[in-house]
Amino acid sequence: MDWIQLAIEAGFGLAFIIVVMSMAGLTVVAERKFCGFIQGRLGPNRTTIPILGSIPFFGRLITRMGLFQLVADGSKFLFKEEIVPGHVNKFYYNLAPIVALIPPLVPLVVLPFGQMTLADGTIRQLIIANVDIGMLVILAFSSLGVYGTVLAGWAANSKYPFMGGIRASAQMISYELTMGLSILPVFLWANVPGSTEGLSIANIVVFQQTHWFVYLQPLTALLFLVALFAETNRAPFDMAESETDLVGGFHTEYGAFKFGIFFVSEYAHVIVGSGLFVLLFLGGSNFLPMLPNPWPVGIPGAILSTLWFIAKTSALVFFFIWIRWTLPRFRYDQVMNLGWKMLLPVAIANLVFVMVLLATITPVAAQ
Amino acid sequence: MPGKVKEIERKPLSLAEKTFLPQIVSGLKVTCANMLRKKVTREYPDVLPPIPPGYRGMPTLVKDPDGREKCVSCQLCEFVCPPKAIRITPGAIPEGSPDAHVEKAPQEFEIDMLRCIYCGMCQEVCPEEAIFLQNKFTLNGLSRQELVFNKERLYEAGGTLQDQHFKWKKKKESEEHGNAQH
Amino acid sequence: MSEESKKPQEVTINIDGKDYKVPAGMNLIDAVKKASGKEIPHYCYHPKLSVVGNCRMCMVEMGTPMIDRATGQPILDDKGTPKIGWMPKPAIACASKATDGLHVRTDSPMVQDCRKGTLEFLLINHPLDCPICDQAGECRLQEFATDYGRGYSRFVEQKNVKPKRTQIGPRVMLDDERCILCSRCIRFCREIIKEDVLGFVNRGSYSTLTAYPGRQLDSNYSLNTVDLCPVGALTDTDFRFKMRVWFLKPVSSICTESSVGVNTEVWSREGKIYRITPRENDAVNDSWMADSGRRLYKQVEADNRLLTCKTGGADVNFGEAVTKAASILGSAKLAIVGSAHSSVEEQFALALLAKAKKASVSVPAHVGEGDSILISSDRSPNTRGALVTGLVNTLPNPTLSDLESAITSGKIDALLVVREDITQAGIEAAKLAGVRIVYIGTHANATSQAAQVVIPIPTVFERNGTFINQNFRIQKFNTCVPAPADMRSELKVISEIAQAIGIEGLDGLTVSQVWKQMTTEVQELTGLSFESIPDHGTQLQAGRFASIRFPEGPSLHYTPGATSIAKA
Repeated sequence: MDWIQLAIEAGFGLAFIIVVMSMAGLTVVAERKFCGFIQGRLGPNRTTIPILGSIPFFGRLITRMGLFQLVADGSKFLFKEEIVPGHVNKFYYNLAPIVALIPPLVPLVVLPFGQMTLADGTIRQLIIANVDIGMLVILAFSSLGVYGTVLAGWAANSKYPFMGGIRASAQMISYELTMGLSILPVFLWANVPGSTEGLSIANIVVFQQTHWFVYLQPLTALLFLVALFAETNRAPFDMAESETDLVGGFHTEYGAFKFGIFFVSEYAHVIVGSGLFVLLFLGGSNFLPMLPNPWPVGIPGAILSTLWFIAKTSALVFFFIWIRWTLPRFRYDQVMNLGWKMLLPVAIANLVFVMVLLATITPVAAQ
Repeated sequence: MPGKVKEIERKPLSLAEKTFLPQIVSGLKVTCANMLRKKVTREYPDVLPPIPPGYRGMPTLVKDPDGREKCVSCQLCEFVCPPKAIRITPGAIPEGSPDAHVEKAPQEFEIDMLRCIYCGMCQEVCPEEAIFLQNKFTLNGLSRQELVFNKERLYEAGGTLQDQHFKWKKKKESEEHGNAQH
Repeated sequence: MSEESKKPQEVTINIDGKDYKVPAGMNLIDAVKKASGKEIPHYCYHPKLSVVGNCRMCMVEMGTPMIDRATGQPILDDKGTPKIGWMPKPAIACASKATDGLHVRTDSPMVQDCRKGTLEFLLINHPLDCPICDQAGECRLQEFATDYGRGYSRFVEQKNVKPKRTQIGPRVMLDDERCILCSRCIRFCREIIKEDVLGFVNRGSYSTLTAYPGRQLDSNYSLNTVDLCPVGALTDTDFRFKMRVWFLKPVSSICTESSVGVNTEVWSREGKIYRITPRENDAVNDSWMADSGRRLYKQVEADNRLLTCKTGGADVNFGEAVTKAASILGSAKLAIVGSAHSSVEEQFALALLAKAKKASVSVPAHVGEGDSILISSDRSPNTRGALVTGLVNTLPNPTLSDLESAITSGKIDALLVVREDITQAGIEAAKLAGVRIVYIGTHANATSQAAQVVIPIPTVFERNGTFINQNFRIQKFNTCVPAPADMRSELKVISEIAQAIGIEGLDGLTVSQVWKQMTTEVQELTGLSFESIPDHGTQLQAGRFASIRFPEGPSLHYTPGATSIAKA
């Protein structure tokens, strides 16, 4: 093993976590801000830090944007009293937030976040672990995310968290199927028979240099998006929280920093999910469909392409927020009906359709 | 009217409607338009709301233009006050005071602002026009006791009412005038 | 009055088209009220005073069946009913009496017009003092002004100016502008207390109520004029500007000033008593009360009021005080001093305690001078109760000479004193050092000073019970205000002490429980229960005590040696 290589990859991994975590924080602020805008309000615009806030233009801008709110929220979670209710199962109660936070962070290693054009013209995908089962890793770990929720629900030893946990697991199983079935057509399309790249996501990104799957397979993209909403427990599928009928859902008995971890993990989920959607359907770090990538050679190109990827991801995160403040929450039976009676048959039909299509017509891009 | 009920059959959903997608898109349009609209938030401590006439803020006691306290402690406000926020200790005006002809004035007048519901019934019932709900709508303090306003604080908050009734002054004048017309 | 036959005859009068039976000769205002419940508005009329008819508020239409002079037969109308000859003008009801066949219209348009007119004249010179007037809320002028007033004044001239804030007696303040010249106060002074001190001077709209030159309304009954005054012209200097009457809650009570047992109403707000007024009881005090009795509420918040249990001068809790008391009262050489200020129930409980301990009981008498009206010479409210309950068998004496000699000779070494200051009953304070004393009472005095154990108990305003007055009339008093925090009733204290010294059958005493026992053991109370005693009291048959010569002289409804004893 090349120790230097390992150190660099660990460094990247750390950087990735830092970026995703701070994006999660920013997403919280964005969520509050856009929620305010949608409701005709201004959103957080008061919180300020004494010296930073008094910088003439910049300080006021950041204050009005509500960015300091991030600091305030974070320190609030950090400094609040840690209350552990007497009736909980202490071990699992403490374990649950950890279990909830790790699954959204692990898949980061298989996400190609940028590309670097080398001097010899070859393009290298920037990825920490370019394994050929990348997609499988993501599916495996993101479905572990529900364990955090279920564990929290169980450990809290209280009826509303319990129901939240049960709902989360049922929902996860229902939509996991659709999600898997909606990924398969993409990989079928991208891999010629006998390909060794298998489930590597980098391969998908490379494939999308000219055409994006979002218009090659719009139905697949839609199915994946819906399943993604359900998997991340975001509105309109936030059954596990569902304040109207379950108080706070699975995290009712949690407070202070532990609740903060649940909070962050939800947003980390959203960011990773958005990133995944960008990679699978929106060309990843590729510039625009049917246009050659303008990325310059070397490090600058790598940075630009990474920023472009982040921009795309952010746009999708905004879409998540936008949807949340537009649609009302589904009823639980509606979620189940939608998952099993509509999305699953459609996903199967879509898979069969793509298979038949691929078997009869040679795909355009596979040539 | 049961005879006039008209039952309308629910139309079956079209395929597009069954997917929810057109509705979601139109919903997104609405929220997007909202996002771009002018915000209605009033940035409260910086921008104060306009107070409409007849606003019922903090109840206060007022003095007449001569500086006489108008309240005669008839205790009607105490009686009418729905949350029993008012507490009056009546007292006599000592002989020799310039207002001795009014005979009665509150020894102590307390309004518990934490109990007050700003209904304005005290103002409505007051036969002497001595208590008024004014524009002040923010009240805060560090203890419950601090928000029980005594007579001094109520007069300080109330100020002077520029009315020209002078009911008691006229009474005093006629008292001095006596039955001289006969 | 001489025309009145011995047995009141019933006559039929017709009020607003309906026939009612009323006693003949009854005043029409009272008759209408009694028969139909309708009130004829009036100011100057008062059932206990003579009729003057000067307010003109009680005007009604009256008529009688018409008689054909030729035949002496009633004239019938078309329907065959007697035709009523209505008088062409209204007449005042207060100067009319119920006679057979009288027809009255109390609410016809003409009557209403009369009232409106009268009221408008009354209000012409009436000042707009209601916000500062103590009568507001119980003012007849205010009440009828809402019924018949026009709501605004047509009078544009200057109102008359009359003296305000005139002190016409030590306890009475007069505001002449408010006076509506009903003359009730003048008649009260002349007819009831026979001290002619008030009168009108000047004429017409200048008529002014005043005390005669050099005289003051200083009778001990002067405050009854305040009660009588239908407006706020006469006010009580003690109650003046203290509290509006609509906040006050009246509770029926009994005055403890003397053995007359004046029925009272005690007015309190939030546990604080503001005034005491008489309650009408035609068998005891009519509508009157002495001024001195009205001030008795001050004892509730007096400086020397006992509020905490004490042993040896130090505050202790109730349990400790009872334990200490029991250690003293457990002595075989015990004597008990009961009180004629205790209620019947309390005296009975104390008698049971005394019987169980075989202790001698003495009750000091409080004798003063009677005024032949509503203050008798026996200045305790319940001397008869002590006899009836068997607490003592002989008439209480002002001096406790037997007890004194027992103390001196050392025959007793423990003393339980209830509500009495025995140093006022002929026992020198120095002698009290020879005995150990448990004092149960309301106020600190020389006896409580000398006592080893002091246990506070409620005053008459803070408990309920019964007193038996000079006429052997048993009368109830009710709890007007709550007792001070952590204070036990006298019954409770007796019961706890009895338990602590091991006497059976006295645990958990309450008023109604004591009554259950009293009805079987006290012959005068047989068949009675606390709940069944009406507000006006019940007359007891007290032939058993006919031989006792009570100290009281005659008073308003009492003749010594007569009434109840004769009935028995």
